[in-house]
Amino acid sequence: MSVLSRELSDSGALVEHHWQELAQRRRTYTVLGLVVLFVALSASLWFSNETNAGKFFDRLPHLFDFVGDLVPRDGMEVVRALFDLPSPYDDGSFKYNYPEGRLYITDTLYVPEYFHKMLETLNIAIFSTIIGMFFGFLLCFLAARNLMPNFFVRGVVRRIMEVLRAFPEVVIAGFFLAILSLGPIPAIIAVSIHTIGALGKLFFEVVENADMKPEEGLRAVGGNWIERVWFGIVPQVLPNFMSYFLLRLEINVRASTIIGAVGGGGIGELLRLSIGQGHEAKTLAIVLLLFSTIIAVDQFSAWLRRRLVGDQAFQLA
Amino acid sequence: MSGHMMISAAEMEAISARHPELVKGSNHNRIRTIAIVVGLVLYMLYSWWFFAIGHVLGNANWNIAGTYLADWISYEVRPDVRIAADGTMQVSYPRFSPLGPNAGPDWVKLETATVTRTVGAPAASAGTAQTPKKSSSFSFMAPGSATGTAPQAATPAQPQTRIEEVVTRAEIIFDHSTSITVMEHTARATHAGETLLIRLDGPGKVKAEGALPRWASQPHPGEKITLAFGFTGWADVDADKVSIHNRFLGWANFIFDTNSPFFGKSFSEVMNLIVSGERIDPQMSNLALAWNNILYNSEWQHLDVWTKLLQTIVMAFVGTLFASLIAFPLCFLAARNITRNFVLNQATKRFFDFLRSVDMLIWALFFTRAFGPGPLAGISAIFFTDTGTLGKLYSEALENIDDKQREGVKSVGAAPLAVQRFGVLPQVLPVFASQALYFWESNTRSATIIGAVGAGGIGLKLWEAMRTKSDWENVAYMVVLILIVVFLFDSLSNLLRSRLIGKRAH
Repeated sequence: MSVLSRELSDSGALVEHHWQELAQRRRTYTVLGLVVLFVALSASLWFSNETNAGKFFDRLPHLFDFVGDLVPRDGMEVVRALFDLPSPYDDGSFKYNYPEGRLYITDTLYVPEYFHKMLETLNIAIFSTIIGMFFGFLLCFLAARNLMPNFFVRGVVRRIMEVLRAFPEVVIAGFFLAILSLGPIPAIIAVSIHTIGALGKLFFEVVENADMKPEEGLRAVGGNWIERVWFGIVPQVLPNFMSYFLLRLEINVRASTIIGAVGGGGIGELLRLSIGQGHEAKTLAIVLLLFSTIIAVDQFSAWLRRRLVGDQAFQLA
Repeated sequence: MSGHMMISAAEMEAISARHPELVKGSNHNRIRTIAIVVGLVLYMLYSWWFFAIGHVLGNANWNIAGTYLADWISYEVRPDVRIAADGTMQVSYPRFSPLGPNAGPDWVKLETATVTRTVGAPAASAGTAQTPKKSSSFSFMAPGSATGTAPQAATPAQPQTRIEEVVTRAEIIFDHSTSITVMEHTARATHAGETLLIRLDGPGKVKAEGALPRWASQPHPGEKITLAFGFTGWADVDADKVSIHNRFLGWANFIFDTNSPFFGKSFSEVMNLIVSGERIDPQMSNLALAWNNILYNSEWQHLDVWTKLLQTIVMAFVGTLFASLIAFPLCFLAARNITRNFVLNQATKRFFDFLRSVDMLIWALFFTRAFGPGPLAGISAIFFTDTGTLGKLYSEALENIDDKQREGVKSVGAAPLAVQRFGVLPQVLPVFASQALYFWESNTRSATIIGAVGAGGIGLKLWEAMRTKSDWENVAYMVVLILIVVFLFDSLSNLLRSRLIGKRAH
């Protein structure tokens, strides 16, 4: 008991009692939550270790073995692999045969294989983000509460977007790989479909937060639905749309790399093959190229977004 | 603020005449818009050429797309009607038919007769070139013996007399308007009110009587005729074999496979067996046996699918949790308003950028090599990538906090750690948790795809079902499970987030 403490009045004691009760309950919930989390985590770790091909503690000493596998015979090998230059170690095997992948434009001028494939992956990302943006743009106004009073239409469009977003990309890619031949188009379709759902959702949330005064003005002078949307809503949401488009582009560059690795062409496929076959210089060259491309795309998109919508562009999703 | 000033239409026109640039908009803006649109169109044309989209779509096998899509929700039963030279028939089902062994479905109506026939030994007939097909289709030997192994060829073959039951007429009913009847040297197909009679006078002499209806096609005269009945199925009619593909809506043998003792029994029969039936397998109760049969259903592999799905969930959960636990202390080093050390800030931030920019795919491939295929690789890949992403987001959140709380705590003489605990944490913790939840949910989705490169989870199983086996009904099953999981976690994460940071949960 400190000097400050005094006998409390009845109501004061009641308040204190309630406060203590609340604090107690809060503590209990926190502890309970942590215990649940800990149990779930332990169970998950045990389960993943149990179902993994290699056991964690058996493999841990060998964790960095792959780093050893990744050391090229000399530093210049990476550069040679990157630019398809002939290697002094060329023994006729695929491992050191860099010039083999050259894509000749004229008799002497060529595009190195990895740059070509990187361009392909980038194009997959850009092309499908544009397609996704187009359809997301068309759909989002039908899903926004302030523009589509019809509950039924809104609900249907939102459900469609949800399914497009949640449908595993790998299944779409696999399905179209079975119908079309191997190549980047299944990847484009898969990424586009996912992008429609993802951008549609972000877009309609922006539209729902738009200022309705311009729309009311157009309604007052007798504008129809399309005119109201086009002249009243679109101008104010367009910068945000562009910002989300760029954000999605960053994500899609990664997504198209991954889909490439499961058979959708582009740089991802080459990376998977070269890691699998132990071509260390080629792997390093691809990783280097991919790494710098992703950084470049991120920086460019961040710069453009900052110009478009200021600093609020950095809230992610 | 004063009220609106009202101006008449005439005045407005006068103003617009005096300052046309205000009304018409600037030329610069218009040119920029046109440039963007033209650029977009050009880029789309370039991509069309770059990916050869027209060419690929033109060469695609669109017929198979319909079959694959139908496979998602239906299955085919494929009896073959084999026709011997004398016009007698046999109906057989493939080994892994969804109807199981000894099938006699009621939509296949057979008329049988008993005949006595002399069958030459396979080795002898293999030498004579005229009728190798006939003898092999009527062989009583194992299928491989028709080629004739050395010891068999040495013993002279004895012609044998056999009494056997053969089919003289087979009627296959697809639906109320579609059926095929195979008789001696003829097949009659009825579909959508039209009837097609096909003469089967031996190899190379398959001939339709009259013109072929729209649903029948014969690419080469005299050879097989394909009958396409739409969703209900299709059939190939050849001189010695009529292959039936009858399609049924639903997932075949979803609970018990054809090897299970419970196969083909109704729900009440199965329940009776479980509750009061005699033990089928003396080792275990009928309930345990039924459960075991369901888990190890050879067609649907329920246990394996559920295990792989759980792996995917666990990968996202553990990966995101670890990532946020590691990103949490590091982000205090990266935030320039917390740690006033430029070098340390930059080093931590670049470290986050590095983890983020080495793609999740690269991490996944590396850790698959390090740990072997399985969820450990997936966990590590998600953990590494998201430590970078969450670290970046967390440090940005820290840099945007309100300094007043910190100053208040500092002004009463609190220790540095207490300043962070009471001045900073209450502001950012809900945001941190909300972002971690968001990534947990989005990783549940992306964990599927890194699984496909070997990093554990349902991705690889999906990929195998699609690419190597074309089991589209299994793909549909897994997709349904994934969608359920994603929606559940989506709602759960939304619920928790709106609890944490109020209704506007983004």
